[in-house]
Amino acid sequence: MNRPLKRSNAPIFWGLFGAGGMLAALLGPMLIFITGIAVPLGLLLPRSAMNYAAMLAFARHPLGKGFIFIVIALFLWHAAHRLFHSLHDIGIHGGTLAKLLTYGLAAAGTVIAAGALLATGF
Amino acid sequence: MNKRRPYVRPMEGWWRKNPYFIEYMVHEGTALFVAAYALVLLIGVVRLAQGEAAWKAWLTALQSPLSVFAHLILLLAIGYHSYTWFKIMPRTLPPLSLGGKRVPGGAITATGLIAVALASLALLALAWRIST
Repeated sequence: MNRPLKRSNAPIFWGLFGAGGMLAALLGPMLIFITGIAVPLGLLLPRSAMNYAAMLAFARHPLGKGFIFIVIALFLWHAAHRLFHSLHDIGIHGGTLAKLLTYGLAAAGTVIAAGALLATGF
Repeated sequence: MNKRRPYVRPMEGWWRKNPYFIEYMVHEGTALFVAAYALVLLIGVVRLAQGEAAWKAWLTALQSPLSVFAHLILLLAIGYHSYTWFKIMPRTLPPLSLGGKRVPGGAITATGLIAVALASLALLALAWRIST
């Protein structure tokens, strides 16, 4: 009867959702414009902005490395949490598979991003 | 086997019957596009780690008309996420008060949207400074 209340892990996932949603809201549109439209087309920014040397230098700089990691990881955790709860809304009630396909993929993406960023060196 | 077989009201397609819930599902659905863009960036970092040839192949792929078109869709979807994120913020935030008065919802949304504009300009200026 008097079992101590188990601590919920919900605040962690909710926090990641909120942080990722805020980051995506503030920077998402401009990031997409820069990496997916402006630089590939040479519009406003030079095409050379994302050449190998420039991006390697960016990914090796501690601030650049941190920025790339935070953007990828938080975007993934934001999407995972929102999609997990939307699955409930369309009648798929949170089982292990739903968790694996949302939080599981976000966790995998986070680990892959960390590995790739370590591999680019410092 | 459950012998009672109680009646469960079917919930299939509940959100399609009300414009308010359709909008709700659309703004929740922006998460798919956020995930897609994160995946694009993730592939980019992996290609960068693999060396110059891999990175150049990724850049070439980004220049294809299909990729630019896909990024336009991503821009629309995540732009909508930005807008709705701050539009519903008066309800997702605990009540805010300033000088003893409740901050009106419109002010919270407007502040958020101004923050989006400022953050976007700052990011563009930063990209400009690094690359030129």
